[in-house]
Amino acid sequence: MKLTAAQALVRCLELEQVEVVFGLPGGAMLPVYDALYHSSIKHVLVRHEQGAVHAADGYARATGRVGVCMATSGPGATNLVTGIANAYMDSVPLVIFTGQVPTTQVGTDAFQEVDITGITMPITKHNYLVKDPAALPQIIKNAFHIASTGRPGPVLIDLPKDVAQATIDFYYPEKVRLPGYRPNYQGHPAKINQAAELIRRSERPVIYAGGGIINAGASEELVQLAETISAPVVNTLMGLSSFPGDHPLFLGMLGLHGTRYANLAVTECDLLIALGARFDDRVTGKVAAFAPQAKIIHVDIDPAEIGKNVLVDVPIVGDVKQVLRALLPLLDKTDRSRWLARVQELKEQYPLTYSREGGLKPQYVVEEIYRHTGGEAVVATDVGQHQMWVAQFYRFKRPRSLISSGGLGAMGFGLPAAIGAQLALPGKQVILVTGDGSFQMNIQELATLREQDLPLKIFLLNNYKLGMVRQLQQFYCEGRYMAVDFKFHPDFVLLAKAYGIKGYSVQSEKELQEILPRVFEEPGPVLVDCLISPEENVLPMVPAGRGIDETIA
Amino acid sequence: MRHTLSVLVENNPGVLARVAGLFSRRGYNIDSLAVGRTDNPAISRMTIVVEGDERVLEQVIKQLRKLIEVIKVSDISREEHVDRELVLIKVSAEPEKRGEIMQIADIFRARIVDLGRRTMILECTGNEGKIRAFEESLRPYGIKELVRTGKIAMLRGSRYTNINGTREDE
Repeated sequence: MKLTAAQALVRCLELEQVEVVFGLPGGAMLPVYDALYHSSIKHVLVRHEQGAVHAADGYARATGRVGVCMATSGPGATNLVTGIANAYMDSVPLVIFTGQVPTTQVGTDAFQEVDITGITMPITKHNYLVKDPAALPQIIKNAFHIASTGRPGPVLIDLPKDVAQATIDFYYPEKVRLPGYRPNYQGHPAKINQAAELIRRSERPVIYAGGGIINAGASEELVQLAETISAPVVNTLMGLSSFPGDHPLFLGMLGLHGTRYANLAVTECDLLIALGARFDDRVTGKVAAFAPQAKIIHVDIDPAEIGKNVLVDVPIVGDVKQVLRALLPLLDKTDRSRWLARVQELKEQYPLTYSREGGLKPQYVVEEIYRHTGGEAVVATDVGQHQMWVAQFYRFKRPRSLISSGGLGAMGFGLPAAIGAQLALPGKQVILVTGDGSFQMNIQELATLREQDLPLKIFLLNNYKLGMVRQLQQFYCEGRYMAVDFKFHPDFVLLAKAYGIKGYSVQSEKELQEILPRVFEEPGPVLVDCLISPEENVLPMVPAGRGIDETIA
Repeated sequence: MRHTLSVLVENNPGVLARVAGLFSRRGYNIDSLAVGRTDNPAISRMTIVVEGDERVLEQVIKQLRKLIEVIKVSDISREEHVDRELVLIKVSAEPEKRGEIMQIADIFRARIVDLGRRTMILECTGNEGKIRAFEESLRPYGIKELVRTGKIAMLRGSRYTNINGTREDE
């Protein structure tokens, strides 16, 4: 079949069963958009390319499928960069298409030319500059495979305009051609035996579960492991929702803003079972003081994560679901009531609390959202204090119900990611909890939200501040608050109205309770501007450079 | 500690940038790097000499393996191997000094590849130690210019680092 490469691209996407593409067109992408005109693939027009990549990211996180987005050359491509880095840090499968100037002009500083494959080399799992139009189908086949297998990640394909316009003999290859790419899924049996032995000998095990559980779809196995060996579970931010938030063995998030009982359980444990987690600095604090008494089992699909930050006793490279399936039959149901009693004691001694005095508390808002949704909602967040309050106070029930920027911590992620998630899950209630700093970084996507007519509910925890930075300045700059107060905000309710979105403003518990039922009954999008107590801190908090047992409560 | 890595890569444009970028980005030090096609034109071999302790080396190897276009990474300095560098040295050679310089060249089995009115270019191959000794021997005469390749290396005997899975014996 004779097709232009641009038509072939669209055909490949159809064959990959791509349903939605997020993007914004431009000169260099004209051939591709022209080909999309005849396709059944839904194209969601964003207002800024960063919105496209975050939306594709939210779509991918919500479903586990590959998110697809596209942008034109030059500024279109560079506007994607933050979103690509974000997906790379959090191992999100994306395929990103960028237009490029014609090959005859590549390297001449042509209009809207930028070396996007060079720029994104450190923030993509792999990328391609397509020079031979006939190679495009194989490249797309490879890209979807690379993005979605092993440790997932973003793959970028840069397509010069003349290449897109060239005619090729189209066929979609069945196989990938990647001689250097062979992810290892099965853990080494000898190592799995060693792990089982360590678990049997352990008196005080803790399971430290990260985003790898969600990527591998290993939540059931995780619950089985915890229940079989009677081990409490702590989650990383990326791991939240991989273990039921109301399970008695759940200790919440660990690390910098983790619960004290999670951090103390890790400090006291004699065996740390790290599953799909990477010993990030926000988790470990001072490495020497992290799980100091523990032997460590580390299961990860990415061999480079093992031994990177922390030396481990039993390294297992593999897909965490397959490894757990191999491990579980080797373990007997074990009662560790003394250890669990100690953990319960920690829970009671250092509960996660806040004072409801002094205005509307952000933690209260999160708890109320939880109460109204029964933990059934998919919650997207932005980055900052509100994100930590969601991580601490929303109890996630199901995998993929938290959508949050972890590794990169990219403010502005929330709104477009929530749009992507809501598009992916039309029957589900998606909620965005955002802050007044983050929200304004991609606020233009309210137009996309309205245009797509999605039932997204937005809770803006508004303290008229860059609250997390304010908190850092309070602790580390002796309260010299520099550039953290917003002296002007738009009227967010009016702003929502301008976008055709219903808006409410609340500043007390009573007002919040009054409007909540209406918010959730509303079929369309709603924004709730919650004027929260402005100096609320995220606590507990591990001071910089300290061990995670040294928290400020 | 220095290690010599033999890295087989797909012979694509940009693969050198990926490897070099990886080293600079993660703060690993490259002592030398030599790239060339193998007998299979689709595959190139990079010989990379890297400085670092065991832990750094392990990370370097793992990070290299993560690159999609990297097919195989072997640390060949752990085993018996032959390694070579080539150096070209342009040395001051007034007519009365030429005899001495030619004797030095003889000792190191170097070759004279150019003779100017007041200079000579000498070519020498060998391992790092030999090249260093050769350079030191010529220094008193005045080295005008020196160009050297990175190290290339190969396992001894019938062992080899090929692309069919792991390293193989006969």
